[in-house]
Amino acid sequence: MNRIWNLTAFEDRTALLDEDGESMTYGQLWTEGDELAKAVGDRCLAFILCRNSIGSVLGYTAFLNHGIVPVMVNSHLEGTLLSNLLEAYSPEYLWLPADQEAQFQGMKKTYDARDYVLLKTGFTKHYPLHEDLALLITTSGSTGSPKLVRQSYTNILDNAQSIAEYLRLDEMERPITTLPMNYVYGLSIINSHFLVGATVLLTDKGLMQKEFWQFFREAGASSFGGVPYTYEMLFKLRFFRMDLPSLRTVTQAGGKITPELHEKFAAWAAETGRNFVVMYGAAEATSRMGYLPPEKAVEKKGSMGIPIPGGVFELLDAEGSRITEPYTTGELVYTGKNVTLGYAESGEDLIRGDERHGHLETGDMAQFDEDGYYYIVGRKKRFLKIYGNRVNLDEIDRMVKAEFQIEMASAGRDDHLYLFVTDKKMAEPVREFVIGKTKLNPAAFKAVVLDEIPKNDAGKTLYSELAKYYE
Amino acid sequence: MTNLEKYNQAFIENFEVTEDQLPGLKYQDVEAWDSVGHMGLIASLEEAFDIMMDTDDIIDFGSYEIGKQILAKDAYGVVVE
Repeated sequence: MNRIWNLTAFEDRTALLDEDGESMTYGQLWTEGDELAKAVGDRCLAFILCRNSIGSVLGYTAFLNHGIVPVMVNSHLEGTLLSNLLEAYSPEYLWLPADQEAQFQGMKKTYDARDYVLLKTGFTKHYPLHEDLALLITTSGSTGSPKLVRQSYTNILDNAQSIAEYLRLDEMERPITTLPMNYVYGLSIINSHFLVGATVLLTDKGLMQKEFWQFFREAGASSFGGVPYTYEMLFKLRFFRMDLPSLRTVTQAGGKITPELHEKFAAWAAETGRNFVVMYGAAEATSRMGYLPPEKAVEKKGSMGIPIPGGVFELLDAEGSRITEPYTTGELVYTGKNVTLGYAESGEDLIRGDERHGHLETGDMAQFDEDGYYYIVGRKKRFLKIYGNRVNLDEIDRMVKAEFQIEMASAGRDDHLYLFVTDKKMAEPVREFVIGKTKLNPAAFKAVVLDEIPKNDAGKTLYSELAKYYE
Repeated sequence: MTNLEKYNQAFIENFEVTEDQLPGLKYQDVEAWDSVGHMGLIASLEEAFDIMMDTDDIIDFGSYEIGKQILAKDAYGVVVE
C-alpha cells in the first residue's frame, strides 16, 4: 500500500543515511517496510519509541503506508508517562530501539529490523480505529496528560505537499535532523522530503557536538530546522563564521524567534545566498500553517508570514467578527486540509471522526500588516514554549498541587518558567518534580518563594500580578 | 576564587551536580548536560574568565578534563589546576 508516499518511484535513491554510514534506499524502505507491516498484520495501533535512526523511520513509513496507526513518542519518554499512555491507548505493538527491549519484560518480540524490534504488548483490549485516522502525536512538550492529536492521511499528505511546494523541495535536498521525529516539526521534514525523493540525514547528535558538524560536512547537509533556542545556540556558536558550503536553507518554527535574531539570520542569508525561512504551525494543523517567503525575510522582520499553499488565515475579534483593518489584534484562525481531526484523551476516542472540519482556532493572538503578513503578538491560553516545546501552565499547576498538596502558581515567558510557592522547603522539590515531568533542561526553571500567591476575592489566582517577578 | 574553583562552579551551577561528580564528567552523562546546558556552561566560563571561545573549542568541549586543556590554550591562557 502507498497511503502517503510512493516509495518505489525513487527506488535506487538513498532515502536515509545515518552518522555511522548506514543507509537505506527508497526501494529498501519499501521492501523492508512491507515485511515489517506483514509482521504486524491487520490495521491496529502501535507505539513507536522514536529516535532519529533508520529503524525508527522505517517503522514510521511502513506503518503509515500500510494503515497501521502509530503513536509517536520519544524513546526517552519518562517511565510513568509512557505507562500512562500505554494504559490509556492499549496498543497491540511497540516498535522500539533494540537496546531498550529489556525495559518491557513480559512483552514478546515478534520481529526485528535494523536497530529496532517489534514487541507484542499482550494487551487484550483493542479500541476501534476510525478509517481516516493515520497517526497520533503529542502537542509537543507533553507534561503527562495522555492527550494526543489525531491526524488523518489527508492531513499528512496535504501538509507535506504544501511544504514541498513552498520550500521548493527536490530530490537533491539533504536535510539533517536537528529535531526529534516525535515532534511535528521534525516529522514534517521527513514527510515532505520523502515526497520528492530526497535523502534525510539522521543523527541524534546535537548542535553543540563535534560529531554533528562532522556528519553535517561529510554528508553535505543542505538544510536543517530549528526552534528559537536553536538559533540562540547557533549565534553563540558563531555560526555565521562557519564554513558550510553544502548548506542552502535553514527553517525556523516552534515558537517566535526574537526580532534581533530574525534580523541577524535574515541578513546572513541575504549576504551568503542562503534561504532563511521563518514558519508557523502547530500539531493541531499537522505541522505547518504559515511561512515567510525567504526573499521577504529581511523586509518583514518579526513576521511569521503568510498562509501556506492551500491555507487561509483570518483574525477574529472578541465578538467573533472578522478583522479587516491592518495592525488590529485578534485570534488567529486557520482553515486548510491539514487541520487535524481533533484530540484523543484515551483509546475510546480513536473511533471519532473529524471534529474540526478544517478550521482551527490557534489560541495565538496576531495582527497583519498592510501587505497581509502576519505577526504573532500574544497567546490566548496559558502556555509557554520552552526550547520549542509547548508547556501548559495550568497543567503544571494541577500536577504540582496533586503531588504536593500545596499552594502554588506557575507563570513566565518563553524559555523561562517560574514556579511560585509559599513554603520555602517546597521550592526545590517542586522545581525538581517539574523538571522530571517535562524532561526539559533545568536552566528553564526557577522557583520563587512568595509570602502568598496573589488571588482575587473569588479565590482565582491573579497571574498578572506575578509578571513583575519575571519581566 | 582560584581558577579551579571558578571552573568547578560553572559545572556545578549549570548541571546541578556535586564536586565529586566532576572528574570524568562527559557531555550527556547527566541530563542537564545537553545542548542547552552546554550553552549555559560555555556562557558561564566565558564570563568567569573574560574570554570568547571559538566554535571548534565550544564543540570540542566534551568533558570536564578536555575543557581544562582547551582553556589552557594560548588563545585563552586560563590554567585550571
